Amino acid sequence: MYVAVKGGETAIAHSLDLLADKRRGDRGVAELTLEQIGQQLGLAVDRVMTEGSCYDRSLAALAIKQARGDLIEAIFLLRAYRTTLPRFGDSLPLDTGAMVAERRISSTFKDVPGGQVLGPTYDYTHRLLDFSLAADGERPAAPTAPADTNRTLPRVGDILEREGMLEPPPQGLQSDGASEDLTRQPLTLPASRPVRLQNLARGDEGFLLALGYSTQRGYGNNHPFVGEIRYGHVPVAFVPEELGFAIEIAEIDVTECEMVNQFAGSHDVPPQFTRGYGLAFGHSERKAMSMALVDRALRAEELSESATSPAQDEEFVLAHSDNVEASGFVQHLKLPHYVDFQSELVVVRALRAEVEARHRQAALDQAAE
Amino acid sequence: MTENNAKDGAYNYAYLDEQTKRMIRRAILKAVAVPGYQVPFGGREMPLPYGWGTGGIQVTAAIIGRDDTLKVIDQGADDTTNAVSIRRFFANVAEVATTTRTEEATVIQTRHRVPETPLGEGQILVFQVPIPEPLRMLEPRETETRTLHALSEYGVMQVSLYESIARHGRISKGYNYPVMVNGRYIMSPSPIPKFDNPKLDRSPALQLYGAGREKRIYAVPPYTPVKSLDFDDHPFEIETWQQCCELCGSKDSFLDEMIVDDDGKRLFVCSDTDYCERRRTPAEAAE
Repeated sequence: MYVAVKGGETAIAHSLDLLADKRRGDRGVAELTLEQIGQQLGLAVDRVMTEGSCYDRSLAALAIKQARGDLIEAIFLLRAYRTTLPRFGDSLPLDTGAMVAERRISSTFKDVPGGQVLGPTYDYTHRLLDFSLAADGERPAAPTAPADTNRTLPRVGDILEREGMLEPPPQGLQSDGASEDLTRQPLTLPASRPVRLQNLARGDEGFLLALGYSTQRGYGNNHPFVGEIRYGHVPVAFVPEELGFAIEIAEIDVTECEMVNQFAGSHDVPPQFTRGYGLAFGHSERKAMSMALVDRALRAEELSESATSPAQDEEFVLAHSDNVEASGFVQHLKLPHYVDFQSELVVVRALRAEVEARHRQAALDQAAE
Repeated sequence: MTENNAKDGAYNYAYLDEQTKRMIRRAILKAVAVPGYQVPFGGREMPLPYGWGTGGIQVTAAIIGRDDTLKVIDQGADDTTNAVSIRRFFANVAEVATTTRTEEATVIQTRHRVPETPLGEGQILVFQVPIPEPLRMLEPRETETRTLHALSEYGVMQVSLYESIARHGRISKGYNYPVMVNGRYIMSPSPIPKFDNPKLDRSPALQLYGAGREKRIYAVPPYTPVKSLDFDDHPFEIETWQQCCELCGSKDSFLDEMIVDDDGKRLFVCSDTDYCERRRTPAEAAE
């Protein structure tokens, strides 16, 4: 019987083999290629890149394949790889105003400069299973116009801001050069807004979705409107020390959401709309919107609102948003705890013995009377 | 990770890059200078899950060198699956000698136990810590608990121990029993059974505690007083068993309990596998 807890080494080796076998599945079915995952499971790739904090489509696809489609496991794989990469500096802040947008909508104005562009969205699909996808059927390519790279899309927020109706971007949104990096330094509280946004950008989509939803149901309501959502390509610029001027090093896809929220004003400030901000890699609208709702909720103290709801509680939100941390700690309960449990057994047995002894004594006393 | 990743240069020695190791060493130095104080550090994502020893692994990775001999235990045993996994990780990425013999190890990474064999000078015991904050279950906010430590304001802990006595007639805490380090900081000894607490007191070995998910490192330098919290009329006491180890007959080691048949028959054996095997070996040899 004692042998049962030994032999861990062989058991682990066999477990790894079994896992690899499960991952591959039936050898009669063609193996997935990374290109297929990247092309046809693109939104899964986007989520893994976002929460994995690493923009690399093929690595994210590899992680998804290795994790058998378990996206949190894939995020973990990508994070563990990312942490080993050398860092050679910070890019310049992205200029999402210069985005070549595939999609851009505002729900605050019927029309905005640059127009409403629906782009590829599930929003107006009827959620009917498309059985033609179950069969092999190629679809004809969708007709598209060539992207107009000269068209600029002024931000809806900027237009409102000029009028004084919307606050300027909150402190810390502009780069001050010395950026804090949550993946290099521990989280300290209270956190600056850039650190908060980093945390939310890496945070679990489901967690942020639930928190954002809770604000809409009255737990810290801040009356949100989608000022703007845009998704498209933006260039990444970097200033190498030896050059001294910016060069473009990449082009990435991002989804940006700017929420416009009501603010009643205070003693010194007239009523004005405020902002909540969300940004995610790839096409991740649900994530970007949830992030923007939670970002705004976390500004409660700064805006002298009473912070009474979970979504407004900085420590609660920031300490529990990370799904790699949460998943690890929840699942560590699978590890052996014989020793702690033994200590508890000893304590509980002793306590029970005392209570039983008292009961016996009471019964004896009663019989003696 | 495949077994030859480290050897073909895909990863740095002991996995972490040298910058990160330096950052962790600085945190360790600070922790040693202020015994029991939790030093925040820039914990990294490790290729093992949070909660499975990433803090201990980072500490070990930052201090280990090719001359070291590493022992890894979980629940006192060298052969539990997670201990095997961590030992394999270091054998792979740090090309380090490993051992199960307590006195041969220069670095011992542990989860939930302190070895029964007394440690000596020059040895380092690295603890894996899930929740570094001893006050966490009394006060969930980090911003609050840091202030309480700064002010040595430990009333909440005393009250919670008192409440336990008032309710149960004794301090009903079996593991992760809080200690006072060097008369200054209350510290979580990690979830070791209170049986092991006396071994921390004035130990000649260096004790390093790593919490990866919570990004904290703390330490107890050699020969530092570590006192388990108690009251004059309710002194600290450790677990005892009526049984002795079924395998080696030890009467003074921490025993694990196993259920061996459907009727619930129990078997008690040492949790420290190295200690138990060594006690049996000379007896076997003498036969």
